[in-house]
Amino acid sequence: MPSTNDWINNPLGVVEEMFGASQNSSDSGWEAKVTEFFRQRLMEKDAHTWVPSLNDVPLHYLKPNSLVKFRCLIQDMFDPEFYMGAYDTVDPSTKAKVLRCGKYKDVTECGVDLDSANMVTSERQTFYCVPIPGESPWVKESYASTCQARVVPSTSYVPSRQKRSYEDDDEDDMDTQPQAQGHAHNGTPAAAEAQGNGDSKRQETEAPSGQKASSPPLDLNFPLPGEKGPACLVKVYADWDSFKLNDTMEVYGILSVSPALSALSDQSDTSSSLILDPAECMETAEELRVHSPPASLVPRLHLIHTQRLAHNNPLLPPAALEDSAASLASTLGEMVSVRAELLAYFTQLLLGDVLAAEYLLLHLISNVYARRDVIPLGKFTLNLSGCPATAGPAYTEQLYCALQQLVPSAYRLSMTLQNMNQLRLVPRKDYVANRLLSGALQLAANTSLYLDETQLEQGQLDPAGVRNITALGNVISWQKVDYDFNYHQMEFPSNINVLIASEGRSLLPSDCHVHLQPQVTPPNMEAYLGSALTAQSSSQLNKFRLYLTMARTLDYSISEEVTKAVEDDFVDMRKDDPQSISADDLHSLLGVARLLCLSLGQSALSTDAWSRAKHIETLRKSRSEPQGCLNGNEP
Amino acid sequence: MSSPMSTPGGKRGRPSNPSTRNEAATSPPAQRRRGQPSSNGDLPLMPTSPPTDMPDPLQDTSLFSSPPHLHHFLPSEVDMSSPLMYGTPSSRVDGTPRSGARGTPARQRPDLGSVRKSKQVDLQSEPSAADGAAAAEQPAGQRLVIWGTDVNVATCKEKFQRFLQRFIDPSSKEDENSCLDLNEPLYMQKLEEISIVGDPVLNINCGHVSSFDAELYRQLVCYPQEVIPTFDMAVNELFFERFPDSILEHQIQVRPYNALKTRNMRSLNPEDIDQLITISGMVIRTSQLIPEMQEAFFQCAVCAFSARVEVDRGRIAEPAVCRNCNTTHSLALIHNRSMFSDKQMVKIQESPEDMPAGQTPHTTVVYAHNDLVDKVQPGDRINITGIYRAVPMRVNPRQSNVKSVYKTHIDVIHFRKTDEKRLHGQDDENEQRLFTEARVQTLRELAAKPDVYDRLSSALAPSIYEHEDIKKGILLQLFGGTRKDFSQTGRGNFRAEVNILLCGDPGTSKSQLLQYVFNLVPRGQYTSGKGSSAVGLTAYIMKDPETRQTVLQTGALVLSDNGICCIDEFDKMSDSTRSVLHEVMEQQTLSIAKAGIICQLNARTSILAAANPVESQWNPKKTTIENIQLPHTLLSRFDLIFLMLDPQDEAYDRKLAHHLVSLYYQSEEQLEEENLDMAVLKDFIAYARSYIQPKLSEEAGQALIEAYVEMRKVGSGRGMVSAYPRQLESLIRLAEAHAKVRFSDKVETIDVEEAKRLHREALKQSATDPRTGFVDISILTTGMSATARKRKEEITAALKKMLQSRTKTPVMKFQQLFDDLRGQSETAITKDQFEEALKALCDEDYLTISGKTIRLAT
Repeated sequence: MPSTNDWINNPLGVVEEMFGASQNSSDSGWEAKVTEFFRQRLMEKDAHTWVPSLNDVPLHYLKPNSLVKFRCLIQDMFDPEFYMGAYDTVDPSTKAKVLRCGKYKDVTECGVDLDSANMVTSERQTFYCVPIPGESPWVKESYASTCQARVVPSTSYVPSRQKRSYEDDDEDDMDTQPQAQGHAHNGTPAAAEAQGNGDSKRQETEAPSGQKASSPPLDLNFPLPGEKGPACLVKVYADWDSFKLNDTMEVYGILSVSPALSALSDQSDTSSSLILDPAECMETAEELRVHSPPASLVPRLHLIHTQRLAHNNPLLPPAALEDSAASLASTLGEMVSVRAELLAYFTQLLLGDVLAAEYLLLHLISNVYARRDVIPLGKFTLNLSGCPATAGPAYTEQLYCALQQLVPSAYRLSMTLQNMNQLRLVPRKDYVANRLLSGALQLAANTSLYLDETQLEQGQLDPAGVRNITALGNVISWQKVDYDFNYHQMEFPSNINVLIASEGRSLLPSDCHVHLQPQVTPPNMEAYLGSALTAQSSSQLNKFRLYLTMARTLDYSISEEVTKAVEDDFVDMRKDDPQSISADDLHSLLGVARLLCLSLGQSALSTDAWSRAKHIETLRKSRSEPQGCLNGNEP
Repeated sequence: MSSPMSTPGGKRGRPSNPSTRNEAATSPPAQRRRGQPSSNGDLPLMPTSPPTDMPDPLQDTSLFSSPPHLHHFLPSEVDMSSPLMYGTPSSRVDGTPRSGARGTPARQRPDLGSVRKSKQVDLQSEPSAADGAAAAEQPAGQRLVIWGTDVNVATCKEKFQRFLQRFIDPSSKEDENSCLDLNEPLYMQKLEEISIVGDPVLNINCGHVSSFDAELYRQLVCYPQEVIPTFDMAVNELFFERFPDSILEHQIQVRPYNALKTRNMRSLNPEDIDQLITISGMVIRTSQLIPEMQEAFFQCAVCAFSARVEVDRGRIAEPAVCRNCNTTHSLALIHNRSMFSDKQMVKIQESPEDMPAGQTPHTTVVYAHNDLVDKVQPGDRINITGIYRAVPMRVNPRQSNVKSVYKTHIDVIHFRKTDEKRLHGQDDENEQRLFTEARVQTLRELAAKPDVYDRLSSALAPSIYEHEDIKKGILLQLFGGTRKDFSQTGRGNFRAEVNILLCGDPGTSKSQLLQYVFNLVPRGQYTSGKGSSAVGLTAYIMKDPETRQTVLQTGALVLSDNGICCIDEFDKMSDSTRSVLHEVMEQQTLSIAKAGIICQLNARTSILAAANPVESQWNPKKTTIENIQLPHTLLSRFDLIFLMLDPQDEAYDRKLAHHLVSLYYQSEEQLEEENLDMAVLKDFIAYARSYIQPKLSEEAGQALIEAYVEMRKVGSGRGMVSAYPRQLESLIRLAEAHAKVRFSDKVETIDVEEAKRLHREALKQSATDPRTGFVDISILTTGMSATARKRKEEITAALKKMLQSRTKTPVMKFQQLFDDLRGQSETAITKDQFEEALKALCDEDYLTISGKTIRLAT
């Protein structure tokens, strides 16, 4: 069996060994064996931390054809592709035929015999994956610090080199070929080329070569503006129907950065006489750019193992919570005390308003846990009105920073008129390039979307702006985003925690509206919040982070007796004054009660929690009444 | 694998040489120059030729790619043994001379001519080719199969001819067969049609082939590239035997469609390569026309000797030496005389209905050839039958390693637009086939249950509590009535769609109901009255930024043709937008006159609207019209108007609370069950809509008449009209829909009973006059109840009487007069009523109003 280093550094060797063995023994299950082998290896204690991650390590430090991992979101799904699963190669000198395996590779060996009867065509699926949008800095750091992979810059890395001509490349290939011993076939030259491309890419404005000169730098299509990190084309070999758009996962796969993959490189070489290749005109230039971007910029990853991320909190084991429930039992016991601390922290942030702090806490652990026909259950959009405007954007910004420190991923959308009119919120299909242009609403589950409505001023919304506002409204009311496919729309369910900070009641609908009643008026808002932020030790913050993720994933039920009590309560309330509580009110009351229970670490509704929920709801309503809305619009 | 070569046949793609065209199209001499019966010319692939025709052993290898028996007819301009002869000689238009009327030129079929030519090389190099050659030497030719397949040409041909001559499909429902005699062989009638119309294309339904001869069908699907030319040959032989005198533009081409192999783009896999497949999808992009060279024309610069070379695998082997004068490198390509064929790239995308949730649609590249070019436009829903291809991609022509990925595309043989049929009001064949036998069985079982109606209505939006009648109404709306066509009598289409309006207090889950319906029906649209303009509802003209072409972009109403358009906040819609609905809701069409485009689009959509009362809370003291402030002209177009009010009753409250609480703790599995129901419901509705077309039975007709007369009587007793023909039409539609729920082909009395009940319930809610408590249809039809009108007349009369009594003061103050009138009358008069009365008198020219003063007219 290959040694530890081998399965990380040269996974293709493992694959080929198993492929070879299967040919002799006519055992067809080699593909299952490969995935099982890697799964077993990764299961071993801490083994996964030895695999370098594309998220932390710059691409040019990684060895081509080695095993890497990537924490990502599926942004787009390309068409399935057919590849040579197995093929014969013919040595031109000896005429000897060798059967090769094409799985987990992009490029074949030299001398493919296209007419061989041994050729097996197989199918695989390509996903365009981007790093999880809005991932908080603390999550990134935490993951990076746990990763124990020693990253050694590849041998041919020469940082001083800027860019090279095509001829240089060829020579380099010649030079390095004999040295490429340990790695599979063209490993080292590929690295060199990747390096070359990578360097030139970073200076694309300098127009490295003909084709690239004319085209703008490739848009990596991240959902949120200002995101960094590699995008990746993940090739999936099995079970691709189980993946869904916007799924988050950690992918373990074989990194492929062969320069031959870059579509642009081979465009200029079609000069040989009178070739009317039917494949040439099939795709537009844009489409080629998008579907075959330079491998140095968008590496290919041949997936061997995936780990679905139920949450993206590095402090918790990534597996589903049930498995590790025992180890977390202690945390569960602490929930009540952590809750109290967190509540105190929020109260401080919200200028001494305990009620608002309580609702903020409930909001942060909300999660769409089910859908009844069209109604998403468990969503809890909070509208925090009365944000002090005198302090300018400082207050809402600082509040966002504080939240970002607690949740795994968050995004602050400043609802300025300009943003509303110009930003692309809803993903749209670009038929020319044949890809899904991402939008800010293409977010992973449980991302906190922080809408800053204090930034909105009077003015004209153009049609795009109206569409954006409608899209936000849809996310809040139905937790769905209608992706624009030009000829039709397609509905994708979302699970986004929307928090709206506004001065008056928001123009967007919300499940719950709390008007902030500051108890303290610090003279210098910035300094006040700043000190509140820095006062929290990192271990304290980690406790909060753990608490929020835990509370969100707890189970919940309502016993028969409590159901009865709730019913009675409802009937009684209606008896006194039918106007006082409607079906919708009961809905939101039940929602609040559920979140309240979860926040206390209880998994069943108690009558205490019920009356507490009723109490805070009454308090909240009494606040918003004086400025309640009278326009008769349904929320 | 099979033989290779681009097919044969005369190439008439786009003859750029005028003389060629003339020859081909008109002059019989040209036709006479064909060798052999024309059908053979079409069949280069077939090794049918008697061995005696074989010119020399050297030709053995090319045997399968070119019909050797033609060789001795060939003009001498090409040396038979030269490598240039690699192409199919038969493909010349000016082929060999022959006599007889059957010399219709064959037309090349680039759709079959494959990219698979790489295999050709094999044929020559691999020893296995010798087997084929050996087989070919058997004089009988019977055991001969095409290399790489199990197709024997002679048998296949015979079978297909038998199919054409014998196939009868008495149960045919297809529109195109409507004028044919169903008891005669179907395809012989089609051939006759071809001889009359002169369109040399024969569309063959693969379903027919498979029911006639499963083996033939299997061969067709597995080896389309070999079998279709055989079919061509067979059909041409048959055709010219039967209609020897007909002149066609080119030989008949067989276009199979509806291969059942694959229906969904997602299910295409490597096994489908080179097979005949049918998939459905939506066109998203079409390329410009690509002229593809089929045959290059070379001329020697020295002696003007000309040579033709076929394009092979996208390459032209340029002759290095002129065979006439032996000059080297003297031949130049003459573009004008080369032969091109049309080609177009079409991109199709999975239809949204076929997609699993949470995934993005797949796309596929499709090549259309010759007359199929420009047959489809972006946005069209189509069914494509064609051959699935995969081509390896070369990374770099100078390098020998290949990207291990194939490019795939489909060569189209047949396009069928699915939305075109909707124009004729035909059922979507596509949708029909979605149901498996087992599914139909379950649906029928469900329909046979006596309580199916209640079951379905309770399965509708289970999360919304109660409102049984509203759900029943919506259920009937989902099924719709039977479509009737009265265009012959000048009435046009009769509306079959049921329109429903929900009004009521905010927060009574109207929006949720709308959302549910929108998610349930395949062609539903959801729009909010606040957010939509008339343009967004109807259609607008857009300039395509790329092509500068003016395009008609359709809005929600047109998009939901044959579906349901859900309009929330109906009351907040602007008047101009609402006015659009008048036409849609009765005529079911939409007229557009904009940017030089004048057209009438179909918008046979049911409308489900929700409206809020003007004063945020429903005022039970006012009529529906007063509460929602919608014009009665529009309201009368709704079949059912429901009020969704908060019932305020203890038992109800309790049940509601229980219902809501249960939402919060039911487990995932229980939720799953509900979802299953939704799928069944969807199928049930789709099935009923496409298969069940109930007709009124005698008794039901009587019952309807009685019901209508009864409704009229109710009103006439109190001096008002309580029903109009529109209400009768509504009743009919509802009764038909109810019959559909039962999967019954006949509308019976029970259907009428339920329609009557539901209609009455809805009226009771919406058309009850709050002053009298009677149901008064005129509230909805004229906007005012009969009692209100009577009251208005009374006040007017009283006012007039009062004014007449004091003619001496022709000018008076408004407020004073109002007070006087109030003092006089024994019942309370509101200011509104007073104003109305004044206005009525003003209309009579009895007085004039200027500001706050009233002047009597003299």
